[in-house]
Amino acid sequence: MIRHLLSAADLGRDDALLVLDTAIEMAATASRSVKKLPTLRGRTVVNLFYEDSTRTRISFEAAAKRLSADVINFSAKGSSVSKGESLKDTALTLQAMGADAVVIRHPESGAPYRLAQWLDGVVINAGDGTHEHPTQALLDAYTMRSRLGRIDGLRVTIVGDVLHSRVARSNVLLLDTLGAEVTLVAPPTLLPVGVEAWPATVSYDLDAVLPKSDVVMMLRVQRERMNDSYFPTQREYSRRYGLDVRRLGALPEHAIVMHPGPMNRGMEIAPQVADSPRSTIVEQVSNGVSVRMAVMYLLLGGSGSKENS
Amino acid sequence: MTPAYRTPADPAEPALGSPPRTILDEADLARIVDRIAHQILEKTEGAADTVLLGIPTRGSHLARRLGERIAAFAGSPIPVGALDVTLYRDDLRLRGARALEHTDLPPGGIDGQHVVLVDDVLFSGRTVRAALDALSDLGRPRAVQLAVLVDRGHRELPIRADYVGKNLPTSLAENVEVLLREVDGRDAVQLADRRDSR
Repeated sequence: MIRHLLSAADLGRDDALLVLDTAIEMAATASRSVKKLPTLRGRTVVNLFYEDSTRTRISFEAAAKRLSADVINFSAKGSSVSKGESLKDTALTLQAMGADAVVIRHPESGAPYRLAQWLDGVVINAGDGTHEHPTQALLDAYTMRSRLGRIDGLRVTIVGDVLHSRVARSNVLLLDTLGAEVTLVAPPTLLPVGVEAWPATVSYDLDAVLPKSDVVMMLRVQRERMNDSYFPTQREYSRRYGLDVRRLGALPEHAIVMHPGPMNRGMEIAPQVADSPRSTIVEQVSNGVSVRMAVMYLLLGGSGSKENS
Repeated sequence: MTPAYRTPADPAEPALGSPPRTILDEADLARIVDRIAHQILEKTEGAADTVLLGIPTRGSHLARRLGERIAAFAGSPIPVGALDVTLYRDDLRLRGARALEHTDLPPGGIDGQHVVLVDDVLFSGRTVRAALDALSDLGRPRAVQLAVLVDRGHRELPIRADYVGKNLPTSLAENVEVLLREVDGRDAVQLADRRDSR
């Protein structure tokens, strides 16, 4: 196994499948009469969140606690960060407190990489800027595998704000590693520069792609990241790129609908679609805990340093 | 699961020193499984309310074989499952995180049942300690017993087996290798010089 989880590209096919297989066993422990496992007893996990997040932080916290690790939550608001402390000084403070792992969410792309250079412990990227969110990609892959039985050969369509989406980038990298075919659908203004080098095809026509999709992943329109107007009106976006009931009907019978949350109901996804039995949105949340337990077990369960036989 | 001292035969890595000595062959193994099956039937009064739980990988194959023999002798099937204890081990930090094996509990669960844990080799007793911890998180069995194919001594914890296939006095410089048809292609127990002294 790798030492840190910074990018979905860090995971080779075997490592990624190891995480997904381990997550299956972790999910099975949730049905035990005692759900807590003693595996990470005495380890300290710090949740270092420079950006607002509910589900990811709670998911990491639940996963660490189920493995009996001690969890320290650190949010930038109300901390020394608001007094101007640098990331490096914060990192050194955490180091001195004996953090075995740091789960970091940061608005700047690349912050977890810098952190990994300063810390002895394990660094897990929980979302950095518009760059990556590897555990989200893992839980999405887990969800696809548990609903559809495989990932190899699946046709996955990712729709929406690819430009600002760390979920999209991590998913494209991981799904390519695992043998799925990814199609990105977005208005040209919401595609990043260099997207043609990604291991994915690009389309602007959602209706043409839907009948050939096993999985449709809707991305949130990130209004807080939009300084410019990327599309004329919300209504127009919703008409061209939103998943409504009519478009749900165009999907093959077995296809599933995913969304990393939080959703803008009525914008990228219609409420009836979000609540339909083909939507995996609630499942994705519970799968997130199992997948993060697997990641923490594999990165922290061992000696935590170079060797891993 | 006790990998460090039970390294399966690996052709790419020949044992140092003398070649492995065969302690039990296929016929011996079959007789031992039959005997333990009878002993379990005797001690549990016909294996009523009894569950066999094997510790992966080889323990779960042994548990399945025992279950088949007990079913043949008693005339009625007995629940057999597998219990992975990796997450409960006390040596994870020393050896690094490993892939988990599948835990498979019989549908009836283990509450109020007579649980017989099955493993291939009893050595330090730490695997069994981990299994007892795992069991207490899964439910509350009425009683827990332990069946092993080989007891090689060198216990580090106050644990003993209720059913022993063979008591095999060993030195710490030796490896007990249990080979099973399901995993290794043939049935045998061998004693070899230890290859890695971890």
